[in-house]
Amino acid sequence: MDTAYLIETIIKVVVILLIFSALAGIGTYFERKILAFMQRRLGPMYVGPYGLLQVAADGIKLFTKEDIIPTNVVGPIFKIAPVITAATAFIAAAAIPFFPQFTIFGYTVHPIVADLNIGILYILGVMAVGLFGPLLGGMASANKFSLLSAARTAAVFISYEVVSGLSILAPIMMVGSLSLIDFNNYQTGGISHWIIWSQPVAFVLFWIAAFAETGRTPFHLIANDHEIIDGFGTEYSGMRWGLFFIGEYANMFFISFVIPLIFLGGYGDGSLLGALGLIGKVAFFFFFFLWTRAAWPDVRPDQLMWLCWKVLMPLAVINVVITGLVMMF
Amino acid sequence: MFEAIAFYLFAFLTIAMFFITVTTSQALYALTALAAGMIFISAFFFILGADFLGAVQIIVYTGAVMALYAFGMMFFDTTRDVKEKKGNKYIIVGLSTLAAILVVVIVAVPMVSQNVVALYPAIDGVGNTQEVGLVLFTKYLVPFEVAAIMLLVAMIAGIVLAGKKMDLSITLMNDAAIEEEKNKKVLS
Repeated sequence: MDTAYLIETIIKVVVILLIFSALAGIGTYFERKILAFMQRRLGPMYVGPYGLLQVAADGIKLFTKEDIIPTNVVGPIFKIAPVITAATAFIAAAAIPFFPQFTIFGYTVHPIVADLNIGILYILGVMAVGLFGPLLGGMASANKFSLLSAARTAAVFISYEVVSGLSILAPIMMVGSLSLIDFNNYQTGGISHWIIWSQPVAFVLFWIAAFAETGRTPFHLIANDHEIIDGFGTEYSGMRWGLFFIGEYANMFFISFVIPLIFLGGYGDGSLLGALGLIGKVAFFFFFFLWTRAAWPDVRPDQLMWLCWKVLMPLAVINVVITGLVMMF
Repeated sequence: MFEAIAFYLFAFLTIAMFFITVTTSQALYALTALAAGMIFISAFFFILGADFLGAVQIIVYTGAVMALYAFGMMFFDTTRDVKEKKGNKYIIVGLSTLAAILVVVIVAVPMVSQNVVALYPAIDGVGNTQEVGLVLFTKYLVPFEVAAIMLLVAMIAGIVLAGKKMDLSITLMNDAAIEEEKNKKVLS
């Protein structure tokens, strides 16, 4: 482990942190604009050209707002909960290959922080740890709406972890590796080699589970504004609430990277066109998160459980069994 | 050098977390420290190059501890201290120290006498996951299958114990049917 490697890793970490923290802010701008257009409004438009500086205004507001710790909360847990959400989102990103490797000034750069040979397992595991943030924030808040939100977090976590794990098992069996780079190399042969064509069921199941793990709209019951205020975030203010926010958006971006890498060919053969293609796919999946928010109602917690245990999980198991049989004969 | 730094850092963190788990009287502190300790343990697997076991450690224990949180939520007001009945402090400290020393001796003695030989030494060029699979489906096949049967038994028992009215689904019923079902419960 030489010094050059250490410096390279630190630079990569800092770059990823900066880019995705900024993207979280810009993501809110996109979200508000897209929701506005779908609902025939204009969205943010007064601060700066096309309302672009609204992001900066929101950022200044979040950073300078008073950080209130209410009297009856469990202090240390209450303070650390948002950090867990934001930190785990970025820790999970360590195993995501954001781009094909490229050479700059004669130095080959691998745009992945740690090329673990169990990449997918690591990413899913660490992203799941992120749900401790809402859970702890909700339980420490001494607020009944927060507690309800925490209970729902535990329920969503325990059930949808099963679906995402089982659905990803079938592609893993086909590729024979857990590394995302191997997944990408398996599909370099062009569109006809993408795993989505042989594993459409797994793709849909994983996509649904991604919505549950990031807590986006059809499964937004963790912090449903119209029934439990802001759920785990009710008692938070200022930058602590902002950390929850950054964590949620960073998770959305990272899962939007993971889905194309597993099912849709990733960055392809590693050319510039392939890299741009990956960005396009990521943009589509991020847009889809916003699209569902504008178009779909929320499901009730009991409907969510019904969907998970009686529909998605049996489907995932049958998919694994069929994949195994096809591969055996 | 990095490995040594990482090892001592995570060793200290793990011990500190489990110490908090045992000594605190606040359920939320105990559960959170337990979860943190379990996740810090995975660092040792990563340091030793057993990436697969490290990731599995994270996934399994976060899920397990999450279930514990759910129980904590049901049984306590987790924002208040739990009143504990404290027995003789000296007996507790003495017994736990003795138990810890015993465990260290049990694990350390075979190492000191150098009788530890890897029955299935790591194969070069074979991934971590494959190696675990290799041992699991050859040497440890019977314990593996027995564990599976035990889990199946536990699952069936759970369904039998909790599975009253499993044929009803509130999701599929309309409001009138739900009302009717509620009234039935009140009458019976």
